Amino acid sequence: MLAVLRHRMHETFVRWALRVRPPEPAPIVLTQRRVYVLPTRAGLAYATALGVILLGAMNYNLSLGHALVFLLAGLGVVTILHTFRNLALLEIRPGRCEPVFVGDVARFALVLKSQRPDARTSLRLFVNADAPLEIDVGPHASTLATLGVATTKRGWLPMPRATIETTWPLGLVRAWSYAVPDFNCLVYPAPAATAPPLPWGGEAARGSTRDGRGADDFSGLRKHQVADAPRHVAWKAVARQQDGPLLTKLFSGASAQQIWLDWNTLPDAITCEQRLAILARWMLDADAAGLAWGLRLPALQLAPDNGPEQLAAGLRALALYQDGKG
Amino acid sequence: MGRANRPVSGRQAWWLLATALAASAPLAQQVPLWLSLAAACAFAWRAALTWRQWHLPPRWLLVLLVMAGTVGVFLQYRTIMGRTPGISLLVVFLALKLLELRAARDAVATALLCYFLVLGQFLFTQTIATALLAGITVLITTASLLAASDDRPQPQQQLRRATLMLAQAMPFMLLLFVLFPRVQGPLWGLPQDRFSAVSGLSDTMAPGTIARLSQSDAIAFRVRFQGAIPAQSQLYWRGPVMPAFDGRSWRVAQTQGAYPTVPYAGSGTPVDYEVTLEPHGKFWLFALEMPATLPADSALTVDYQPIARQAVRNRLRYTQSAWPEAIAGEKESPAVLRAALALPEAGNPRTRAIGAAWRAQHGDDGAAILAAAEKLFNQQLLIYTLNPPLLGADMVDEFLFDTKRGFCEHFAAAFVFSLRSAGVPARVVAGYQGGEVNPVDGYLEVRQYDAHAWAEAWIAGRGWVRIDPTAISAPSRINSNLAAAIPAGEGLPFLARAAWLKDLRYRLDAVTNGWNQWVLGYNPQRQRDLLASLGMSAPDWRSMTAVLSVLCGAVMLGLTAWILRNRLRVDPALAAWRRFTRRLAKRGIAWQSWEGPQAFAERAAAQAPLHAVGIREIAALYARLRYGPAPQGSDLEQLKRRIAAFKP
Repeated sequence: MLAVLRHRMHETFVRWALRVRPPEPAPIVLTQRRVYVLPTRAGLAYATALGVILLGAMNYNLSLGHALVFLLAGLGVVTILHTFRNLALLEIRPGRCEPVFVGDVARFALVLKSQRPDARTSLRLFVNADAPLEIDVGPHASTLATLGVATTKRGWLPMPRATIETTWPLGLVRAWSYAVPDFNCLVYPAPAATAPPLPWGGEAARGSTRDGRGADDFSGLRKHQVADAPRHVAWKAVARQQDGPLLTKLFSGASAQQIWLDWNTLPDAITCEQRLAILARWMLDADAAGLAWGLRLPALQLAPDNGPEQLAAGLRALALYQDGKG
Repeated sequence: MGRANRPVSGRQAWWLLATALAASAPLAQQVPLWLSLAAACAFAWRAALTWRQWHLPPRWLLVLLVMAGTVGVFLQYRTIMGRTPGISLLVVFLALKLLELRAARDAVATALLCYFLVLGQFLFTQTIATALLAGITVLITTASLLAASDDRPQPQQQLRRATLMLAQAMPFMLLLFVLFPRVQGPLWGLPQDRFSAVSGLSDTMAPGTIARLSQSDAIAFRVRFQGAIPAQSQLYWRGPVMPAFDGRSWRVAQTQGAYPTVPYAGSGTPVDYEVTLEPHGKFWLFALEMPATLPADSALTVDYQPIARQAVRNRLRYTQSAWPEAIAGEKESPAVLRAALALPEAGNPRTRAIGAAWRAQHGDDGAAILAAAEKLFNQQLLIYTLNPPLLGADMVDEFLFDTKRGFCEHFAAAFVFSLRSAGVPARVVAGYQGGEVNPVDGYLEVRQYDAHAWAEAWIAGRGWVRIDPTAISAPSRINSNLAAAIPAGEGLPFLARAAWLKDLRYRLDAVTNGWNQWVLGYNPQRQRDLLASLGMSAPDWRSMTAVLSVLCGAVMLGLTAWILRNRLRVDPALAAWRRFTRRLAKRGIAWQSWEGPQAFAERAAAQAPLHAVGIREIAALYARLRYGPAPQGSDLEQLKRRIAAFKP
């Protein structure tokens, strides 16, 4: 009950503390207004110790005791400023975030940029307080910090609220701020562990040489590899350049194997998420086998192709598939 | 959150060890020897733990050691309260805390213990050297806290940062020191051992007590006169008055009430002065004879001795004035006179016989008896010496007629005894005589070796009259100082004689006095005086707090502005490029922020074909400076020149 209340109060505070409606557009600058400072437990102990020393100095009329307390009190004030300065005006921008499968850890790469002539030391960045990242940002430099977030659902995963804090230099006060950048990770459905075999359709094929590449139409040149047939070496092109590498002619054509991964070929009993999982598994398998594959979803069709772009497009379609709309 | 539980790294452990050493080493003289050795062992153990990366000792062992240390301190002092036992316990805790540095919070605890030990040093001594030493300890402790937060920087970097932070804390310290409303301690009872080792006059006088003080050149008090300093022979600093005699030693009278104000009428010009009295743990204050006013919180005993309400346990400053020619006690109470006539039943028959003879000859004429006594002392050719021979039971007789050698207490005692035996009320007054003016700051310094004893006789119609029997035999003691009166070769404090060191000593004393007056003696009274002299009318804690808040706020703002100054240093090449694009923008060729320099140059060259070459060259230079490998300084100069010369 108390924990719930505390959590709710904290959330209210954070909403107020962010000062902007999340998600925030990049770059997020931690302005003075949104950096908060409170003493840590060590800071409270320090303050208590100062109180005791002051009492002792008063009781014994120790002028130097007074001076000691006042110097340490001044140090306490100065450390507030230093801690605050360590964090204030830091810039946070979203960097890259590679798509992942459900169950994997989404890695949000944030770029922390400092415009200061001196370094920012011992910043802690975290989504979950148990696993903070320790970061330094050099003078006039940027640092990449990658926050891991567990995924449970396919689709776009917005980056959760990140807390950035520091207790540097003396550990007596903690300055912190929150950031919710406009930053999303694409989460693919997890491929099914067990799936029906790849749907070899009627267009199954004539023999092929390699990796979906046919032998009919000239499609380009690439660097010669030892295993390439000598008859495919582009002798003319080689002759044109001086001591260049050997080049191999590439051909493409219908000879590459081609399959269709079709939503509708799966039995009706299978649920939507299971279908997506099976399709994802097929795509990975087809890609691994070097097949050209096409995808048919209820409202979307991808022409057969292969390669990383095709795989990414297919998985993206699955990730963003919405039941009934596609 | 995990940060308080991070383990302590080797580097942090070294820092904490250095801190503990710096904090506890100055206390080695104060704590028992066995504790110093035990602490040294613990420090060595800590060093070995860090060096060899051994496991920390188990917790039960540490608990056992803490208990052993506490019991040891208790056995040593029979208490664990008070100054030295408390410090000893802190040393025990600190030494053992070093052996259980598990997490970051242990590092903080160690640092706080060290701060307490610094305060502990101040209980024993507050000299300038102590302050400097404490400053170094605080610096190391701060660096060690820095290391606890981030242990990667090199030691000198940590020390530099700690110095910077402490320097920034200084303005706050100064403001708080001057303006923080001071409270006069003690807030609760002081342990009795606070003043166990101070020297000074005591409330009894036996042969040898004052001679012992003459070996000490410690300052008893310092005086600043408002006007001219009176003649050396007039500087009688009245201390404890001793009318009671038991045959061997003189004692102060039992308290019989006190006057809240001076009971006699003044005469002559008053001498105004301010005394800064070193703590001596007794109640009496020292006043130039005869006191004309009384300091705050003090009273005058029936024998005109100013006493404070509380024992003088801290350096005390008071202003007072004196009437050198006042007639005190013209109408003295019979009880006081009776006490000033009391003699033991027996002893010193020869002096008694002479006294009786004077009485027979002069009757009640006190002045005549006084003159006879002075004549006797003159005739006896007494010798003033620091090393008088030991005296037996009839010490007055032996001094006056046999050994004839004595220090001021012998003279005063013998003189008072002879007067009493002739029926003239008399008593011994102890105090200080003379003093030296420090030419550096103009203060009169009265040292323990200026301690003195003289006599006071009551003459009808003239009240109490001061007679200094020492002056009869050794006038130079009174007119110059002790060193002049004592034959060369007798042991005196080095500084009392060595003239060639005097200048240095005066300077040192002046610095010490300034430190005492303005740092150590900065008490509520001095604070009020200072603030009033700075223009604060009626400074009380409210106005002080208000001024303090305003000034601290101002310092805070200044520091914040300085600390948060965001020097956005723009790349000079970019700045030059911006000047260039602004000029082109005036011609209607605006640079888009997404445009690369080469692309912009081509576009601009197409729009302003006359300047195409210049534009392309500038763009190429800029691109090389910003994006090329290892930018050249000469390129930057060239770019600036080209852009300055560029007129579209």
